[in-house]
Amino acid sequence: MTISHLLSARAARNVHVVRATRSAKLSAVVLAAAAAVLAALPFLVFSTVTDTLINLFVLIALASMWNLLAGFGGLVSVGQQAYIGIGAYSLVALADLGVQPYLAVPLAALTCAVFALPTSWLAFRLRGDYFAVGTWVIAEVYRLLVVRVDSLGGASGKSLSGLSGIDATLRGALTYWIALALALATIAGCYLLLRGRLGLSLMAVRDEETAAASAGIDVRRAKLLVYLVSAAGCGAAGGVITLSSLSVNPDSIFSVQWSAYMIFIVVIGGIGFIEGPLIGALIFFALQQLLADFGSWYLVLLGVVGIVAALRLPRGLWGLVPGPSLFPIGYLVRRSDGPA
Amino acid sequence: MGWVNAVVQGLLLGGLYALFATGLSLMFGVMRIVNLAHGDLAVVASFLALALVSGTGLPLWVVIVVTVPLFAALGYLTQRVLLQRSLSSGPLATLLVTFGLSIVLQNVLLEVFSADTRTLDAGAFATGSFEVSGAVSVGYLSLTTFLLACAALAGIQLFLSRTGLGRMLRASSDDPETANLMGADSRHVYGIATVIAFATVALAGLMFAIRSSFDPAIGPSRLIFAFEAVVIGGLGSLWGTLLGGMVLGVTQSVSAQVDPALTLLAGHLIFLAVLAFRPQGLLAGRTA
Repeated sequence: MTISHLLSARAARNVHVVRATRSAKLSAVVLAAAAAVLAALPFLVFSTVTDTLINLFVLIALASMWNLLAGFGGLVSVGQQAYIGIGAYSLVALADLGVQPYLAVPLAALTCAVFALPTSWLAFRLRGDYFAVGTWVIAEVYRLLVVRVDSLGGASGKSLSGLSGIDATLRGALTYWIALALALATIAGCYLLLRGRLGLSLMAVRDEETAAASAGIDVRRAKLLVYLVSAAGCGAAGGVITLSSLSVNPDSIFSVQWSAYMIFIVVIGGIGFIEGPLIGALIFFALQQLLADFGSWYLVLLGVVGIVAALRLPRGLWGLVPGPSLFPIGYLVRRSDGPA
Repeated sequence: MGWVNAVVQGLLLGGLYALFATGLSLMFGVMRIVNLAHGDLAVVASFLALALVSGTGLPLWVVIVVTVPLFAALGYLTQRVLLQRSLSSGPLATLLVTFGLSIVLQNVLLEVFSADTRTLDAGAFATGSFEVSGAVSVGYLSLTTFLLACAALAGIQLFLSRTGLGRMLRASSDDPETANLMGADSRHVYGIATVIAFATVALAGLMFAIRSSFDPAIGPSRLIFAFEAVVIGGLGSLWGTLLGGMVLGVTQSVSAQVDPALTLLAGHLIFLAVLAFRPQGLLAGRTA
């Protein structure tokens, strides 16, 4: 054994490397319990409550996907509504072809990933802020193309077929579970993606692209993967939105408003934290419920809150919370107490 | 028979697009801000003029002469109060602040003026035209708009290339730190850039409002035109922006000749084609 091996082995004995702290493990148990309670809700409360919560779950899923894209991948997009729309329309089209609508949600996600591949080739030619507006133009192109297809209902939209045989209560509960599963899957997906090699390379790319590339990271591949995952997630969310509304309208499903929602949720909650979209979506959802009677003043307030958050709280509300992360994606290095 | 006319109308419309896009290009070039509220600012100018015309009964040209400097002042204020703060909080903050501003402006307009579609009435001037030849007739309004746009662009070009302040502006755009060392006050320089951007966007917004109808929600789709004109022409080049606006205008008016429903789509597609095959733009200026 060389002397350097000896020294590093001795140093390694002095430190203790862990992924999660005790509080993170505890909070994981609490989160799992909360998910179990949420899953049991259709048996416990009236369907008006669960119908409202579907909205919250969709917001959590969308915001998580935007956070993955912008907060970790550095790809600030204002055009994710393209994939919400494509997801929604694929669900409607698949249901027309006879696919069970609930089973069509993952297929809608897959369709979006397929569309995202050629789209990324165009969008990735733009950098930074111009990427943001470029993705928006692409979303507009998708809307204008969809409106031209008569079998998809043209400009007036189309209603979802294939669900008429199912009892309304059961349908509501099934949609609720799918929405919950989507929200949990997007959070878990972000966590699993980011704690591995990809997460590390993404954060390196976001912080300094040139340095990351020179350290051997395939920047384009890392960004592409994030873009595809985010497109698939938004597509599944679009599918769930359609399952809950039972119809799709091109102007509202391809609306840039979705991007506004995603961005504000993530900025208020804390960009670059997996917890951010969760906190932000809860606050946004609460504001939405409280201010529903005030019409567009609620959007004015939302805009002002977003501006103030961007200026005063660049790390969002979660950035104010001290202590370790609920979803540890890094490692903690501590001096171990054992004998040296 | 209508093709030559469509091209001429497209070229004239392109001038307006270029005027509208100049502010976006300038703010990006100097401050690296993509102003997502750009389209909404044009709509705010339209509504402001509408309110002034109906409130005071002044003729439209007086209102235009009042609105544009008012907007310029507003621009300096917006830069110093809002945008300057966001510049220090990183690139994402500027995007979010302008996006937030866009949502606020849209919804305040919606509450104050309702969702009705409006137009600014310029009387016979807006509808009158003269015949150049048998097939081509040019509207007084389109021609005036085009000439105004070219005059504004030439004015900005002269300001940037011949005056001390313009030189400071270009220097700050190339390298803000060094420009500051040479005595430029970047905050004031940025304020001036925003003044030009707001004045041109107000002028363009008023011209749009006389040409066609507007409502509080139309800002974002106008922003897309401006953005397309900038990218097609090439980032950082004023004459490129004029060329980009003309390409966009001609594409839209020629495709409208084929099928009116294609107008927007064709514009977007030409933009995507430029993006795919010539990402630096038709007239590549300084690298952005």
